[in-house]
Amino acid sequence: MQLCLLMAGGVMVLIACDTLLPKAQLDHDLLDGPIGELTPEQNALFLEGDRGFNDEIFTPATGLGPIFVASSCGSCHAGDGKGHPFTTLTRFGQTDETGNQFLHLGGPQLQNRGIPGHTAEAIPAGATMSKFMPPANTGLGLLGALSDAQLLARADPEDRDGDGISGVVNWIDAPHFFKPQWFHQALNGKYIGRFGKKAAAIDLLHQTVNAYKQDMGITSEFDPEDPINYAVSGQAGDVAPDPEVASSTVNAVVFYLRTLRVPIQRNVSDAGVIAGKQVFTKTGCAGCHTPAWTTPKSDIAVLSNQTFAPYTDLLLHDMGKDLDDGYTEGTAKTSEWRTPPLWGLGLSKNSQGGNVFLLHDGRARSIDAAIRLHGGEGAKSRDTYSQLTASDRDNLLQFLDSL
Amino acid sequence: MMRYLLYLFLGLVTRSVLAQTDSTSANPAAFEELFGRDTTLRPGSQQLKLNMDATYDRPFLTMGKLPVSVGGYLEANTQYMQTNGITEGLSFQMRRMTIFLASTINRRLKFLSEIEFEDGTKEINIEFAAMDLELHPLLNLRGGIIMNPIGSFNQNHDGPKWEFVDRPLSSTQIIPSTWSNVGFGIYGKMYKKDWVWAYEAYLTNGFDDQIITNNQNRTFLPATKANADRFEESFNGVPLITIKTALKRRKWAEIGLSWMGGVYNKFQDDGLVLDKRRRVDVFALDFNSTLPTRTVINGELVWARIDVSSSYSQQFGRQQRGGWVDIVQPVLRRRILGWNTAVLNVALRVERVDYNVDTFAETGESIADELWSIVPAISFRPSPTTVIRANYRYQWDTDLLGNPPARTAGFQIGFSTYF
Ligand code: HEC
Ligand code: HEC
Repeated sequence: MQLCLLMAGGVMVLIACDTLLPKAQLDHDLLDGPIGELTPEQNALFLEGDRGFNDEIFTPATGLGPIFVASSCGSCHAGDGKGHPFTTLTRFGQTDETGNQFLHLGGPQLQNRGIPGHTAEAIPAGATMSKFMPPANTGLGLLGALSDAQLLARADPEDRDGDGISGVVNWIDAPHFFKPQWFHQALNGKYIGRFGKKAAAIDLLHQTVNAYKQDMGITSEFDPEDPINYAVSGQAGDVAPDPEVASSTVNAVVFYLRTLRVPIQRNVSDAGVIAGKQVFTKTGCAGCHTPAWTTPKSDIAVLSNQTFAPYTDLLLHDMGKDLDDGYTEGTAKTSEWRTPPLWGLGLSKNSQGGNVFLLHDGRARSIDAAIRLHGGEGAKSRDTYSQLTASDRDNLLQFLDSL
Repeated sequence: MMRYLLYLFLGLVTRSVLAQTDSTSANPAAFEELFGRDTTLRPGSQQLKLNMDATYDRPFLTMGKLPVSVGGYLEANTQYMQTNGITEGLSFQMRRMTIFLASTINRRLKFLSEIEFEDGTKEINIEFAAMDLELHPLLNLRGGIIMNPIGSFNQNHDGPKWEFVDRPLSSTQIIPSTWSNVGFGIYGKMYKKDWVWAYEAYLTNGFDDQIITNNQNRTFLPATKANADRFEESFNGVPLITIKTALKRRKWAEIGLSWMGGVYNKFQDDGLVLDKRRRVDVFALDFNSTLPTRTVINGELVWARIDVSSSYSQQFGRQQRGGWVDIVQPVLRRRILGWNTAVLNVALRVERVDYNVDTFAETGESIADELWSIVPAISFRPSPTTVIRANYRYQWDTDLLGNPPARTAGFQIGFSTYF
């Protein structure tokens, strides 16, 4: 008995001694977690959404497929961070703004995997395509709370200020389930998109419903049809009863995305980081990667009147012919891409398997390479960057890595 | 890694083989003392117990005394684990209670069943319920619910035999221990001086396609166990074949080789073709030895190959491998606190599971989805059939993409005893 007590005692001491237990990750290395103080009701909904996003793995029995790309949101957005070439999506369609001409052939998205017994989809002849690397999902609530008026105020389609940067919004046909909020503005029945590489999703519900269907083959009340491999399987969907995900789950996931925190900047007081921030503005990066926004009033209290630093203007820019894949969505041109937020940039490798894969398709393997691939409206800024002194460039990269 | 484990294993085996030439220091009773008294049918073979014999090598089974004997074991523990600084707190776990019921119908005809209650009453399973009929030592028939002889742990899994609270991971995550199925087969054994050789071969019901369509988001053989119908009918009508052979030399070591293979998918239904036949094959190598220092070394390596359609995601591994090595060193063997044959052991387990041995088609880089863990332990055995054990576990789990591993560590204290 003494011996047991001794052993038990020893273990108690060990428990106390937390050097044997793995340390918590530093807050600023994590992307998951709620933004600010939520009410208990909101906390419960956030956790429900977190489960739906990170833990719910779909199987053929629960509706995966019949054709799909991945089996959970978290598979592509690991730890809410960026994705990997393995989870990259392929979209296909046409080169002009007439709307996707390949919907009847399985467009706009390629489901390159099929559940057992189903053949994966292939790109139909005549379609153009582009690959999309999954972005991080942080701080989207704040971006979604900005008003259309704020975005339009930043747009400069005619380049009136003569800085070589225009910036336009993408006008999108709203899905039937879209419910405009007070800050949305319509133009000929279309609304401004702000999520996705081409800003083709108007709000987070729009993005989420599409993700369930196009990325996983999961039907919902919002969109009750399975993606189908028309070329091979005729009309055969899967046999799981529809809808395959409950509206309550979809709504919880949307709430989770809206209240997911923003990445916390690291090494803020390093001299290089401070100097790099100056270089960022001087080099013209801020012309598109807008450093500060303030939200108006929002239906979620923690999102109201917040000033935040996403480093995006949420507008589309012509990025030149090297980044032109010949594929488009909405009213965007093939060479136009939405400025991606730069917050969390330095944490990219923690979710991209230790490497970095930047730009819309992950082709840039370093921050430096991503900047050097800017063309079109970004050409001037890129050229200024390449002429920076070595120390200015180091400082800029240090700053970007701290985001 | 696999190569490293193999070297380690070979190194240990050769060491033990060399060590055995010094016959004065050998200790044939060590295993018996640790793992209970030998009680199988064949008298005079006490030291030549193989992992395969574990089913009948249990202390309650005093064959022949009564028409029916009853026994079992119990396993419970408390644990405090933390993953990346976040803990679920202290929890108490009633891992399992197993009841054995056996009867020697005749000297050469016996029946044994093993009914297990896991995690309270969350899972109730008949792990074994078979009749054994001896025709010749080299030819016995066994039928009923049998434990497939794959690796060593699946058949030799009783809690009181181990110094560790958790079951070895590769034996529960790749080999789905306890993996038992309805079927029948033959087994036999041959003794020659200090050697024993044995074999087992069975046809049973097998896997189903849940091994690649489960909510673990990976190829996961244990997912088949969710199919409650598997004791009633085969998923696809193709039997699973399991074959094991083992060789042991008294005072040296035992080595076992096993293979289990079959078709896991429903390739046709009502005569209509649904897919081609897709196989799952599992190979295992197990070994154990007691060194002159009374150190017990026990381990198992496993490889699995699964034919997954190229259309399906690489998320689901086409090859898996893993293994574990336990080293148990008795440090005190004497009368302790009134227990005459008490033993205090220190032990260490090193284990590894690679759920997806492959490279990404997109990048050519290795797919991770793997874990490593080390478990130092102290155990106290007041008597050979009861163990009180304290473990510390440190585990690294790396996701598919190879992101920084989630690190889990913590303490487990528990006991396990035969009754
Ligand atoms: C197969 C990988 C994959 C899966 C699965 C996936 N996503 Fe995505 N996600 C992407 C990619 C790629 C994009 C960029 C898409 C675009 O530009 O339209 C994206 C974009 C997003 C965005 C927009 C982010 C931004 O900054 O504009 C949100 C929000 C999002 N996903 C949420 C989800 C949710 C919720 C789920 C699960 C229901 C999910 N995703 C499942 C790959 C995936
Ligand atoms: C004309 C607008 C514009 C300017 C000016 C601009 N960028 Fe960008 N930036 C973009 C767009 C649009 C993309 C996305 C292009 C793509 O995905 O192919 C992008 C992508 C990036 C990325 C990759 C982000 C990711 O997550 O993949 C980095 C890093 C970046 N920019 C940094 C800079 C820096 C540093 C400067 C200043 C030297 C700069 N940008 C100037 C519009 C601009």
